[in-house]
Amino acid sequence: MENKRTCLYDKHVALGAQMSPFGGFDMPIQYSGIVDEHQAVRTACGVFDVSHMGEVLITGNDAERYVNHIFTNDVVGMPDGKILYGMMCYEDGGVVDDLLVYKVANQRFFLVINAANIDKDWVWIQEQAKDYDVTLEHQSDIYGELAVQGPDAEQVMEEVLGIACKELTFYTFKQLNDVIVSRTGYTGEDGFEIYASPNYINECWDKLIASRRCKPCGLGCRDTLRFEVGLPLYGDELSADITPIMAGLGIFVKLDKDAFIGKDALAKQKAEGPAKKIVGIELADKAIPRHGYTVLNLECAPIGEVTTGYHTISTDKSVCMALVDSEYAKLDTEVQIQIRKKVFPGKVVKKQFYNKNYKK
Amino acid sequence: MAKVLEGLYYSESHEYVRVEGDFGFIGITDYAQNALGNVVYVDMPDVDDEVSAGEEFGAVESVKAASDLMSPVTGVVVEVNEALEDQPELVNQDAYENWIIKVEISDKSELDSLMDAKAYAAFCEK
Repeated sequence: MENKRTCLYDKHVALGAQMSPFGGFDMPIQYSGIVDEHQAVRTACGVFDVSHMGEVLITGNDAERYVNHIFTNDVVGMPDGKILYGMMCYEDGGVVDDLLVYKVANQRFFLVINAANIDKDWVWIQEQAKDYDVTLEHQSDIYGELAVQGPDAEQVMEEVLGIACKELTFYTFKQLNDVIVSRTGYTGEDGFEIYASPNYINECWDKLIASRRCKPCGLGCRDTLRFEVGLPLYGDELSADITPIMAGLGIFVKLDKDAFIGKDALAKQKAEGPAKKIVGIELADKAIPRHGYTVLNLECAPIGEVTTGYHTISTDKSVCMALVDSEYAKLDTEVQIQIRKKVFPGKVVKKQFYNKNYKK
Repeated sequence: MAKVLEGLYYSESHEYVRVEGDFGFIGITDYAQNALGNVVYVDMPDVDDEVSAGEEFGAVESVKAASDLMSPVTGVVVEVNEALEDQPELVNQDAYENWIIKVEISDKSELDSLMDAKAYAAFCEK
């Protein structure tokens, strides 16, 4: 099947981006280089085309009750203009997707889902809605999306795009006509995301690039940035087999709210403790643990698998997140990782390898 | 445009050999370093290890991924470029100057199956 293209595809090609398939789209992986783009976001500002993300609008008399039924976090009592992160889970606690829920108004919610899961999520969301008075609108093709990220993001948004956003606090948004602007991101830095028509997104992109105050950034550094601050990626640290409890994301699962899909399984897992957990591992050597590599105990028996690994750009260390048997999940536990023909020693560390720098 | 040097032998997996007497200096081409992006780690064999033509002898890792290194010739490793242990980025700066391993070539006739500069430049164009 042919990959889809975002509304900025031609501009990426014109800028000489290295393009690669991701989540069913041809996406820019890098322009000037992953390290250069990563540093731009950590020290100044970068802009990402994230138009591949999916959007679903849920309205109707039962919208709040319905969203709370499919979502692990709690939207009851949420003020308009607020955003929550959480997951949609299966009955067994496995994850359908992780997502953001924007509360637009009373009984009006805007969901942002992962590109690779759009088709699956849309089917899931429809199936669960049968007994609810809700209207579901799949809006992924209507919206383009930009992420403007980095310590200079607020100034760049205001001065280059003329979008006032000082008053936006962390995980809030505002809507002007068909433009949604939120103080969110996936880099561990301050930043904003803009959802709008392809035309408006193209205008913003052109202004940002022309201003030279904002580097075009690809999905390559989006992954290194989110990894360094311990943010999960669906498919790596969350999946149908990796629950939010295993991933250490229990804070986004509100077990004290009314029944929701997966609640019983997640409550049981939390009470008993999961058999496997996502941990951070730091290697003494420079060799790089990659997704799928085997984690071993000191007797060289397999105890888990690497979910994401890099030689981090901000801290110059070989580290990874891995799903390991819980008995090895304690900090400072000595483990080993098989990298090609060799075995490298490492130890369990906190899975945040670099401190987040949000403006709250 | 990727740089291709005259006088070297090139493989389809983008390694080169610079031959000096019985020895070959093996590295990755400018085309390969450019395609990989920022090199952050070079996994090298040990001195006295045997390498075989067409077989993996290590890896070059960019931020994003690991790429196997395939030996263009058969031989014994007599030296590894230790500078790359602390400065893997040298491969990006000059891929031909910064070879990865030096081998004593056991069968020079294997060089005949590799590409010369002209053929390799054409190969990269494809």
